[in-house]
Amino acid sequence: MAKSALLKSSIGKKYWMALTGLFLCVFLVGHLVGNLQLIFGDASAFNEYALFMTTNPAVKILSYLTYLSILFHAIDGIVLTIQNKKARPIGYAKNNASSNSAWQSRNMAVLGTLILIFIATHMTNFWAKMHFSEMPLQSEIVNIQGQELEIYKTVQGQPIPANAVQMGQVEIKGTGFYETGSDFKIADGYKDLHKITIEFFKDPAYGLAFTIFYVFSMIVLAFHLLHGFKSAFQSLGANNPRYNGLITTVGNGFAIIVPLLFAIIPLYIYFVK
Amino acid sequence: MNLTLKIWRQKNAKDKGQMVDYKINNISPDMSFLEMLDVLNNELVEKGDDPVAFDHDCREGICGMCSLFINGEAHGPDRGVTTCQLHMRMFKDGDTIYIEPFRAKAFPVIKDLVVDRTAFDKIQHAGGFISVNTSGNTQDANAIPVPKHDADRAFDAATCIGCGACVATCKNSSAMLFVSAKVSQFALLPQGKVEATERVLNMVEEMDNLGFGNCTNTGACEVECPKGISLENIARMNREYLKASFR
Repeated sequence: MAKSALLKSSIGKKYWMALTGLFLCVFLVGHLVGNLQLIFGDASAFNEYALFMTTNPAVKILSYLTYLSILFHAIDGIVLTIQNKKARPIGYAKNNASSNSAWQSRNMAVLGTLILIFIATHMTNFWAKMHFSEMPLQSEIVNIQGQELEIYKTVQGQPIPANAVQMGQVEIKGTGFYETGSDFKIADGYKDLHKITIEFFKDPAYGLAFTIFYVFSMIVLAFHLLHGFKSAFQSLGANNPRYNGLITTVGNGFAIIVPLLFAIIPLYIYFVK
Repeated sequence: MNLTLKIWRQKNAKDKGQMVDYKINNISPDMSFLEMLDVLNNELVEKGDDPVAFDHDCREGICGMCSLFINGEAHGPDRGVTTCQLHMRMFKDGDTIYIEPFRAKAFPVIKDLVVDRTAFDKIQHAGGFISVNTSGNTQDANAIPVPKHDADRAFDAATCIGCGACVATCKNSSAMLFVSAKVSQFALLPQGKVEATERVLNMVEEMDNLGFGNCTNTGACEVECPKGISLENIARMNREYLKASFR
């Protein structure tokens, strides 16, 4: 008797494609909720969210699962595409494929590749900066007794006046505020991802190009989800006339609403903020 | 009707093959597509040319022998019919019609439009059966109660004639609709449950080994299937495979 091959068999690969895809759909919702604070929240709300996302242990586990899912989804997709191309060495002179299937369902590999390129640039622009490079710490101008004063926000709550840093009483190492010349940490600042994001899309030279690329990528994502969402259910064996309509409706709604909300954010920053 | 035909001609399995143009006149719209090809072949034979080789048998739409990829679709532009049941009234006078063999690595061309679909038989041999006593004292099938709903769905799956249109249509040359129909027709019935685990594992393994592609749920197979085999069968096979994997 043949052994089950949950990794190598054609059906096994479907399961993994579906499971990682659906997990990434859940990730999209989480990511979107955070991003929407760029519109509905202030800088503090967004930076607190960013700090939470990069330090909370539970979120860390989820984020590693997300990286793995993206990798596995992409590798599985590449393997599937190569095998599928090999399965028809000589193509048709005329193929009227549009009469029997949706465009996006036939172009998932192309759409997926474009999304992978987007993810690579997106992670370079934001994720890598947040994780690995020196970031400005969040500061704000407050008005105290008619005097404008720049202060750094801290995780511990007590603000640090910017002039204490300028005058050399406090020095910044990484994200921490230290007594100059000692290892005594006074407080932790917030990495100002909010500022980085706003400046990125408002860049005088490239802001418009970044915005257009972002919106384009979200359109690509929408098409990918339009097929991918309901396809995942079919792959996992959930096909029943009783709830197929529901899956399609929810899938189509998800595929349009989620990328649309993502795309509104850079447009809002570029044109409104 | 006067038509231009672009037909794939290939002398044998090793020949490279090419599309060749033919003009054909005075075709009746009431002819079936295969009758139109019969007329063409008569003309070719009279001229001393090699007639176009194509598969056919019952010409009643139930044997699964005829094939052909016509104008970019398996069994042509009509729905729910095999090529023998496709009529020339689906075309217009002056049309150019592309006629190609079903294309898949697992379906190699034997000659012209005839492909070798032995791969389907091999998949069937791997598990598309139930082991019963056929020595003469076989139990009456009606002695086993089967819910009407299950019987109907099993019968729907069993209407698959194994023509290979699903493979030909699928952009990945996947055989999942065929295999899932064969898995389903047994999985739904009590007689088939005994060997359900081995069946799905063996048939899927054989399908993969024969070089068919992977299913990506485009749904094209369901649309082009002359027997209307539903994608529900593929979902059922996916469930059966998962169940079998943990048994």
